[in-house]
Amino acid sequence: MSGKTITEKILAAKSHTDAHAGDVVICPVDCALGTDGSVPMALDYFEAMGGTRVHDAGRIVFALDHYAPAPNRATAQLHQRMRDFAVLHGIELWDVGEGIGHQLIVESGRATPGSLVVGADSHAVTYGAVSCFGTGIGSSDLAAILMCGEIWLRVPESIRVTLTGEFPRGVYAKDGALALARILGADGASYRAIEFHGDHLPLDDRLVFANFTVEMGAKNGIFRHPSLQPDVDARYVRDISIALDQLTPQLALPHQVDQVVPIEQASGTPVHMVYLGTCTGGRVNDFHQARDVLKAGGGPARGVQLVVTPASRTVLTALTNDGTLSDFLAMGAVVITPGCGSCCGTCGSIPADGVNVISTANRNFKGRMGNSNSAIYLASPASCAAAAVRGAIADPREFRP
Amino acid sequence: MTSRARVFGDNINTDYIITSRRKRESIDPQYLRRYLFEELDPNFAATVQPGDVLVAGRNFGCGSAMEVAVTAVVAAGIRAVLASSFSRTYYRNAVNNGLLPLICDTSAIREGDRIDMSALAAEPLPPIMLQIIEAGGLVPYFRQHGRFPRL
Repeated sequence: MSGKTITEKILAAKSHTDAHAGDVVICPVDCALGTDGSVPMALDYFEAMGGTRVHDAGRIVFALDHYAPAPNRATAQLHQRMRDFAVLHGIELWDVGEGIGHQLIVESGRATPGSLVVGADSHAVTYGAVSCFGTGIGSSDLAAILMCGEIWLRVPESIRVTLTGEFPRGVYAKDGALALARILGADGASYRAIEFHGDHLPLDDRLVFANFTVEMGAKNGIFRHPSLQPDVDARYVRDISIALDQLTPQLALPHQVDQVVPIEQASGTPVHMVYLGTCTGGRVNDFHQARDVLKAGGGPARGVQLVVTPASRTVLTALTNDGTLSDFLAMGAVVITPGCGSCCGTCGSIPADGVNVISTANRNFKGRMGNSNSAIYLASPASCAAAAVRGAIADPREFRP
Repeated sequence: MTSRARVFGDNINTDYIITSRRKRESIDPQYLRRYLFEELDPNFAATVQPGDVLVAGRNFGCGSAMEVAVTAVVAAGIRAVLASSFSRTYYRNAVNNGLLPLICDTSAIREGDRIDMSALAAEPLPPIMLQIIEAGGLVPYFRQHGRFPRL
């Protein structure tokens, strides 16, 4: 038998088996996140399963992030049901305004190297940035965890992605993630783990790469850690290398995440709404990069709606304290409650018919932001800011902060 | 016993199966089934019949992990989905709700074809997944067993 990848090592340790790719294992989870997009249904499943007490409430956390603040009575009622359940069972709940659950899992330290943290939301893959096995599950899985603390998992094969070099000026982790999506395609990592070897990257960059792995179908995306290395004879189904220093700004065209082109190919396409936020691009550095380009370019063009949604209250507080928020307000930005915001059309600013949006998010499916008659382009915060300045897609390297 | 094929293409994401906007109105599968595939085929919900099978190409159910994309399908009386590949979260949710996800070559299947499910050459499912599907999903499985098996 060959050695183990990082993912095989974690799942073997958690399941107390000699797990290799292809095996199905039952593992206890270290932590499970549920959101207002998934918990209400999980509670229905839990009750239908005959559940009365939660197996280990300390390992569960709820986030009210998808409908923040509640846009209608139905979602307000779902929120209240979650709060009541959390109080009854002693579950930690991150209420409206605290931010996106995935961001809070990382900020709070609930995801640690070698741990197994699941989230009833596909972007739970983000936790791989801190060398945790993080994967998205459904509401029924969450209900089963409430019942018994465990989950079934098929151990995935791994794709090794080696990231070398430093980003050139004007190029960021988002461009690297988009480039990877172009290489792999929207299902190029289906059922598989992506194991990143790029230890020199700072946490913010690792979060972007790990977050994006689900857009290629991956089960999880995970970075190495000094305490968590693959065996030298670990088996990989594919090897990919990306020289970050050779990258240029990238752009995903509507309506597929893997329709990625160098940004200059779409230069001049009119843009009406610019969205800065989400679990991909809503952290402090993202807003700094966008602000710098916006300032260098003299602010957004007339007629461009600039929407800002910090990923968490901690991010919002930092942006407030360092003056970034004032800069955005002075430029006429709409500031939305920390959370998922407009990303999936559940709350926040919905684009009108015919509107072209450029966004720091991870998805551009038709109708994703709540209107199937709008089109979504995905790019780095700097590229989004450059588009705001021009009122059209533009290369951020043309603006020297 | 044959089933009528309802055919879709590659990369059908969960928002196409049921738009997340509808979730804001209700998460009741009997309500959501009325809006199945509304972005792709506005006539689908009115013409789907119990016993139909969904047929798709690559990466069916990609995108969000939202489980209503399975429960709304089950509520329409669909018992199986055939695809050349699935998004893993859709596959999980299907198993956990007793919807049979079958990986097979779907390239020759056309809209309205009658498919003999017993004659399909599909990839076998691991025993634990079959047990959950045969129980009718995780809810009946847990009502019966209360926990997962020791493997």
